[in-house]
Amino acid sequence: MSDVVMPQMGESIVEGTLTKWLKKVGDKVERDEPLFEISTDKVDTEIPSPVAGTLTEILVQEGAVVAINTVVARVGDGAAPQAPAPVVEAAPAPEAPVAPVAPPPPPAPAEVVAEPAPAPAAVVVEEDDASSPVSPLVRRMARENNVDLKLVRGTGAGNRITKQDVENFLSAKQAPAPAAAPVAAPPAVAAPAPAAAASGPLPRVEPAKVRVEPMSMMRQKIAEHMVHSKQTSAHVTTVHRVDMTKIAKVRAKVKEEFQQRYGYGLTFLPFIARAVAEALRTYPIFNSSIEGTNVLYHSEVNIGIAVALENGLIVPVIHQADEKNVVGLQRSIVDLAARARAKQLKPNEVQGGTFSITNFGSFGSLFATPVINQPQVAILGVGAVEKMPVVIDDAIAIRSMAHLALTFDHRLIDGALADQFCQKVKAALENWSDQIL
Amino acid sequence: MRKVEVRELGRLSYADAYARQTALSGERKQGLIPDQLLLVEHPHVLTLGRNGHKENVLLSAERLAELGIEFFESNRGGDITYHGPGQIVGYPIIDLREWKRDVVAYVRGIEEVVIATLRRFGIEGNRDPGATGVWTPQGKICAIGVHISRWVSTHGFALNWTTDLDYFRHIVPCGLARPVTSMEQLGVRVERAAVHQALVEEFARVFNYELAPVCA
Repeated sequence: MSDVVMPQMGESIVEGTLTKWLKKVGDKVERDEPLFEISTDKVDTEIPSPVAGTLTEILVQEGAVVAINTVVARVGDGAAPQAPAPVVEAAPAPEAPVAPVAPPPPPAPAEVVAEPAPAPAAVVVEEDDASSPVSPLVRRMARENNVDLKLVRGTGAGNRITKQDVENFLSAKQAPAPAAAPVAAPPAVAAPAPAAAASGPLPRVEPAKVRVEPMSMMRQKIAEHMVHSKQTSAHVTTVHRVDMTKIAKVRAKVKEEFQQRYGYGLTFLPFIARAVAEALRTYPIFNSSIEGTNVLYHSEVNIGIAVALENGLIVPVIHQADEKNVVGLQRSIVDLAARARAKQLKPNEVQGGTFSITNFGSFGSLFATPVINQPQVAILGVGAVEKMPVVIDDAIAIRSMAHLALTFDHRLIDGALADQFCQKVKAALENWSDQIL
Repeated sequence: MRKVEVRELGRLSYADAYARQTALSGERKQGLIPDQLLLVEHPHVLTLGRNGHKENVLLSAERLAELGIEFFESNRGGDITYHGPGQIVGYPIIDLREWKRDVVAYVRGIEEVVIATLRRFGIEGNRDPGATGVWTPQGKICAIGVHISRWVSTHGFALNWTTDLDYFRHIVPCGLARPVTSMEQLGVRVERAAVHQALVEEFARVFNYELAPVCA
């Protein structure tokens, strides 16, 4: 059984994305036959198998980013996976660090022939507990120092063995018996930690306190996008309180008829989108983006609407939103949201947005400070619409109120202008004619 | 000094050029020939890299056919790109074991070749750390996508010389919604042969070659 590692493809390269497996588990591979592909910086590289045999295990899935020297697969010696794994007796003389090579019975050449794969023969690499992967660094340290990782207690996340753990193990080992030959290594393949190694630290027994789970591709993209935005724009959020009573009345009046005629309800969101589209036409700088030292003013008003998904978020775009009325906007919102959740959006429906709206009010939030959807320069967050007492002409009245939070890029837009924009939206909403939908 | 053979193949379909590259890279791996630099011009074609997303093609297959644009899924790195008349496409087939053994350094080297070539014509090309290729303030001028097998490169770069940039509207180039430009659009009108010559000389300088006689 030979490990296949992510090869070093140049001094500057520490990791790459495994883009494609060219073989499946169970497939036969010839030595030097392409086994998988990795991608770094627009270079795709075919990685050949270091040995001939059968691909018995794929340890890294397509799409994963892999550090060099990570074991990505195992290639067995042709025959079906055999139960009795050979025992590797390590009896290393201290001066002879060359690994004791005792390969599996059929003399599969264990030396690495693939040019791009510099890692030495895989025989000394310990089998890891699959639940606690070990970093390439730790693996190398262990190999170089002839340390059996099963004897090292991990203190990292999920009981992973860290570099420090290996160092501690080494110094602990040296202290009591400096001249002693290393403890004979246990069987190289899957066996419980030997009880004999009493002098070393105890093998770990307690269950992991941390569960390690890779992030989905979408999660990684969102993470990247959010941090990129925070690093790019100078985020400032201004909050305005808006009286939505008139809109609430319009809604109450037409709600049932609307539902009957169109088959979906009428929410506050299309009114807000309509008011925003108007304000974007009045203040086109909110419908722009920054490129270098230029401001790009977009002639189309394309409003993105953030849609929460089960495990993420996507912002489909209502193109030319300024040309739609409330009914049309509601239809677009319902349609885009439904297809976003069904993963049926077309590419152009998530592209070309020039401004975004996020409706966290539907989850009960009063107001929040949304993150700008790059390369846009502003985003409006809509808080919950709630009845509350407000003072009007020195009298207390009950009104339907909402907080609108506008996050803007202070590189381009100053606070006074942002507040004028908000006032424009507010005025449109508060003075809505009940005749207009 | 290392040797490179430059082959100026003229107008060649993407499929034919790919077959040519495959054959030459096989011979290169066996050590039968020295490193190669192919310079070609393709008819209209969209090619999708191994990590590409088909949704970055903005037209249906029928519409592409109507416009006379071929479509290929290729094994190079990168996303979607367009090739066509007026573009200078370079395919270096070189054994990187003899030059740095570093695939990313190789891509940076290709960028250097193009930047130095453009500089000769008064165009300031730049790198963008996040986006391989050569950029100008007006947009991307050169796309790069490479495949490496046993340290031998195939695919390469596509420099917009007098490319009709309208064709890029049918795709999101390299998955990036950023503008593209050409030497012509930047006001540089030069003979194709002059650009070829500059590319070849800069290629030889960056990758440390003695130029072998030009073959066809």
